[in-house]
Parts: sequence; structure tokens; C-alpha cells
Amino acid sequence: MDKPEFVYVTYISTTPEKVWKALVDPPTTAQYWQHENVSDWRPGSKWEHRRSEEAGKVVLVGKVVESDPPRRLVLTWAEPADAAREETHSRVTFEIEPIGDVVRLTVTHDRLEPGSKMLESIREGWPKVLSSLKSFLETGRPLPKLW
Amino acid sequence: MDMDKVFKALASPARRRLLDSLRVRSGQTLAQLCARHDMTRQAVTQHLERLEEANLVATVRRGREKLHYLNPVPIHEISERWISKYERQRLDALRRLKKKLEGEEHG
Repeated sequence: MDKPEFVYVTYISTTPEKVWKALVDPPTTAQYWQHENVSDWRPGSKWEHRRSEEAGKVVLVGKVVESDPPRRLVLTWAEPADAAREETHSRVTFEIEPIGDVVRLTVTHDRLEPGSKMLESIREGWPKVLSSLKSFLETGRPLPKLW
Repeated sequence: MDMDKVFKALASPARRRLLDSLRVRSGQTLAQLCARHDMTRQAVTQHLERLEEANLVATVRRGREKLHYLNPVPIHEISERWISKYERQRLDALRRLKKKLEGEEHG
């Protein structure tokens, strides 16, 4: 199946550079996501999504597929237990486009297994994360704790 | 994003049915949406434009086709504005009770 499963769009009154930093800088991601995205963000490198609390427990892993700051970031996305089974990994594409004085952030999550727990959790998760990111970048205040 | 546009877009039963359809099957083309709804192609096109302007529908081009996706982010922003995290749990419980007693509702 080549079709994206889910596409989320939010318009944020900020700059592409700030959106990029909010995706890849661990102290910044911690502020609105309560998780840290950790990697050197080079294509082929691993990345980890760690809880800010619970001693940084790793809850998601994957690889950096494409990294074109501050416009486009493509990651594979999987539970740590499935780290070695790369053929099962889902894929997330972040596209950051300036439109006038706002930024359009599009998150596409595809290659999901129908009926999987991952599919259910991302459907619940992305709208929360993107609303919190928008609030954080526009007002300096994230939404109250998401999880 | 202009919240008035979101409420105006959601005020139409036909547009809500298009969103229901995209929630069940994401990535539909205009032709697929027309086939599933008793509306002219022109009417579906206009409704989709209104939904896209309100950012309730996101589109992706695949070759010659345009695929449509439900984008729930603006609805989440509305709910965040008026519902606190602590109310949400109680509201979920109330909704489950209502659903159990009445069956799934549409509107």
C-alpha cells in the first residue's frame, strides 16, 4: 500500500527554523511533548523517542531516512521491541513550508499495520502533540501535560 | 487558523458526512467520495474546498490524483480551548454511558 494512512496539518505563527528545532532538539521537545527526540539527525542514523521522566525510558526507535533542515525530515518509527524488524517499521514525514508569515507543518504517518496498537496510539497522539507544539511556539506555553 | 471557518464548515450535515467517510477510509479521491455520497460532483468539490479552507481536510497529490484525509487537529484545538484534562476523563465516562444507553449516534 503506497497511500499515506494519516495526514495532519497545522498552521503555526513562527519560523521554519523554530519548528525544526522543536522537532530535533531534546530540551525543546521535552517542553511540549514530554518526550525527547534524540539523534545526530544524519540520514542513516538511529533516533530515539525517550520519556522526559522515568529516567528517559525509550518508547520509540527508528532511523533517519531524510534530513533537510529546516524543510523536511523523514523518520522510520517503531516500538523498541520491533527495532530489528525494519520491514515492519512505520514512517513519519515532517514537511515545513513557510506560507506568508506562518508555517504550515504537515505530518504524514504511513506504512502502518492495519489494526495495530501503533495505529491507535498515533491517531490519539498526533493531534495532541501538534496542538501542544502550536501553543508552545506561539505563546511560549505548551498545553498541559499530554499523557 | 480561523476558528469561524471551522465552525462554519462543520455546520453542514453534508460536510460532516464527508468527514465521517474520510475517518473510515482515509485517502479517498474525489471520484470515490462522489460514488459514496448522493451529491453531484460539483457539490462534493465545493464542500471539500470549504473543509480544506478550514484545515479539516488535508490533501496529498499522487500523480494525477488528489487524495483527501481527515485532519482532526483544528477540532482538537477547539476541545483544548474549553475542556481541561481533568474534565476529559469524566466527560469520557459520561459519553460511554450515553453511548451504551442510546447506541451510537449520528448527526
